[in-house]
Order: sequence, then structure tokens, then C-alpha cells
Amino acid sequence: MEKDTLYSDEALTSALMRALHDVKDPEIPAVSISELGMVYRVTVANGYGKVELLPTFVGCPALELIRNRVLASVRGLDGLVGIDVEFVMTKPWSSDRITPEGIRKLREFGIAAPLSNVKHRVAPPCPYCGAADTEIENLFGPTACRAIFYCKNCCQPFEGMKVV
Amino acid sequence: MKSQESHPSALVDFLFQLADDELMVGHRNSEWLGVAPDIEEDVAFSSIAQDEIGHATFYYNLLEELHVAPSDVLAFERDSRSRRNARLVEAENGDWAGTIARHYFYDLFEQVRLSAILHSSYEPLAMGASKIIREERYHLLHMETWFKRLASGGEESRGKLLTAVDAIWGSLDDLFSLGEYAVTLVEAGIISKNAEQMRDEWISLLQPTFDEIGFCLPRIPMMSDGGRVGEHTVPLINLLDTMSEVYRLQPGAKW
Repeated sequence: MEKDTLYSDEALTSALMRALHDVKDPEIPAVSISELGMVYRVTVANGYGKVELLPTFVGCPALELIRNRVLASVRGLDGLVGIDVEFVMTKPWSSDRITPEGIRKLREFGIAAPLSNVKHRVAPPCPYCGAADTEIENLFGPTACRAIFYCKNCCQPFEGMKVV
Repeated sequence: MKSQESHPSALVDFLFQLADDELMVGHRNSEWLGVAPDIEEDVAFSSIAQDEIGHATFYYNLLEELHVAPSDVLAFERDSRSRRNARLVEAENGDWAGTIARHYFYDLFEQVRLSAILHSSYEPLAMGASKIIREERYHLLHMETWFKRLASGGEESRGKLLTAVDAIWGSLDDLFSLGEYAVTLVEAGIISKNAEQMRDEWISLLQPTFDEIGFCLPRIPMMSDGGRVGEHTVPLINLLDTMSEVYRLQPGAKW
């Protein structure tokens, strides 16, 4: 018997990918986990889906929250028989995985994007005024993946994603 | 720790060294929460504590996958004799200079040890190490900055740092030890360097900092196995009591 193409594994994979685009990061509601580059692999076999995610930091306490959000977002997807969400530690997440769209949304939210190919000690431009005259305030911030910087132009502290 | 086939003793012992080191130093970091010298350090030490305990969880989970025991049991129910952490990380924080000096020495060691397991024959460990080492670099940068700042901060802070280095130096004897299965660990390729090689590399990393601030590098104490074979000090017993207090109220409770 031919399977209904609507519910083919390929179609379900695309549907899962689309659903993940709406799963927001619990700490940064402006961006999705896809835009943050946390989605490593999505596969579907015989209607069973598997979503493999890369934690930004090993000790990120938001992982269970993210797992539940993913489960909630795909529940009721037509044709999906089951779903498994796994966190993959075998490949490191890197700040280079954040998509251009993710970078734009982070900036709009007031979080500077990580600079690529720089040492840890370089401060990114200010997400508010765009000035490059910034400095590191604290390598550690409100979450494991963020640091705190200071803009000398608009005299405001701001957050930025750590370069990892 | 039986059943040689499913979890070889050497690997299990080494995973305990990694896990217990991170759990103890993470717990000590958490003790600064709310009482660090400034709010930036409250934030930094909470964040570092979270990282370290996350790394400990990763290692305990590997042990759980090897069917040793559930990770919470491994973290909270083992007494001091079965712990494999170095004595350096169980010691009390002391003052700020002592905290910074201890953490700086430990973070340098972490770079050395993690780089020696990046190509471990135990693949899950190699892959985890490549992720963890990226995070640890931030800890090292932070501690190195503070170490140099205290050294050049004036007579009082420099004096306190010198006193702290002197006090901590004696407890470096078991830091580099690979414990009971040292030979097997290297032969099996679980780690690529032995204790002496790690110690020498550690010294070569520390030397430029000491030169820069004009500190004299003391001789490293004679190596011993100490904490790596379960010989610990009273502060660890107290730490375990405090850390597992809530857990013991109702083991297995879900939070």
C-alpha cells in the first residue's frame, strides 16, 4: 500500500522543522530554538519523530522547559505517531550556529550577537546605538550563555551572547 | 563497582575524579552567593557554580549510562571515602584571595586535563570534553584576571594573595594524580597524559603569570594519591553533610 504522501516521513520532517521555528527560548522569548542553532537533527521513521537538540551550555537549567515546549508544539501534528526529544552532547553548540535572523532578533531584543572569530576578551558593538566603543563589564551574565557589556557611547549596560 | 565488562574499573574511577572535582568546586562556588565582594561576582560565581555542577551532572550521567547507579545517588549518597576529587577543591573557600587562587589553579588544571581527554578512547568523554573546555575557558579568563588584579592591587591585596598561594600550594600534591588505575588509564588511551606530564604542563602555563606579577614559583610538593584514592579532609565531610541535607530528608523526592 502506498502511504498517504501528506503523512509521509518527509512531509512530517518538514512539519516538525516548521513547528520548531515557533518554539521560543524560555529565557529569550524573541528568538526560537531554531534561530539559536540548537536544532541539530530532525528525523522521522514510520511516523515516529526524533528531535535532537544541542544545549548551548552543558549546565543549562532550561533544558527540561525546552523539551516540554517542543513536545507541546508538535503534539497533535497530523500523522505523527510518536515523538522523542533528545539533547545531544556529542557535538558542541557554537555561537556561530545562530542564524542571521536569530542575530537580528537578538539585537532587537537588546542582546548583542556574538562576534565570530574573536578572542573571548573582545566586546561586541552596542545593540542599542550600534557604537563600537564598548567594554566588558562581566564575562558572566544572567544565564550561562550571556555576558554583560557596557556601551561608552550611550552609557548603558547591555547583554551579549558569549562566543563559544 | 563490580562487573568488569560493563564498566571497567579504571574508567569508572576516572569519571568519579572528574565528576567529584566539578561537584565540590561547584558547591564551594555556590557558597559565595549573596556574599561575594560585589554584585558582579555574585553573578559570576553563581554562573560558574551552575556550569561546574552542569559538568558534574554530565559525568555522573555517563556513570549512570554505564549502569553504576542513578546520577543523583552518585552525587548525594556517596560518603567521603568513596569520593575521588582532589583535596584542593574540597577545602573551604577562605577569603577572596584564597578563593581566586584556588580556582585559578584548578581552572588551569582543567585546561590541561580536558585537553588530554579531547581524543579519549572513550568517545562520549572525548565529545563532552570538547564542549566543556569551551565553557571552562571563561572561568580561566575570569580567575586569571582576578589573580593579576589582586597581585597588583596594593600591599594588602598582594599580601593576602601571597598568603593564599602559600597556604594552597601544599594541597596540590594529589591534584595531578590519576589514582589507583593511573597506568591503565593512560595505556587504554582514556587520557593521553600521565600525572607528571600534566603537572609539568600546568607549571608551564602558570609560570608566565607568576613572572608577570613577580611571584616566585615554589616547588610543587611531592605527588601523592590523596583524594584520588579516597583520603580526604574534614572540610569534605562537612561539605557533603551540607550538600546532601535536603536530599536526605526524603531521598528520591521529585522537585
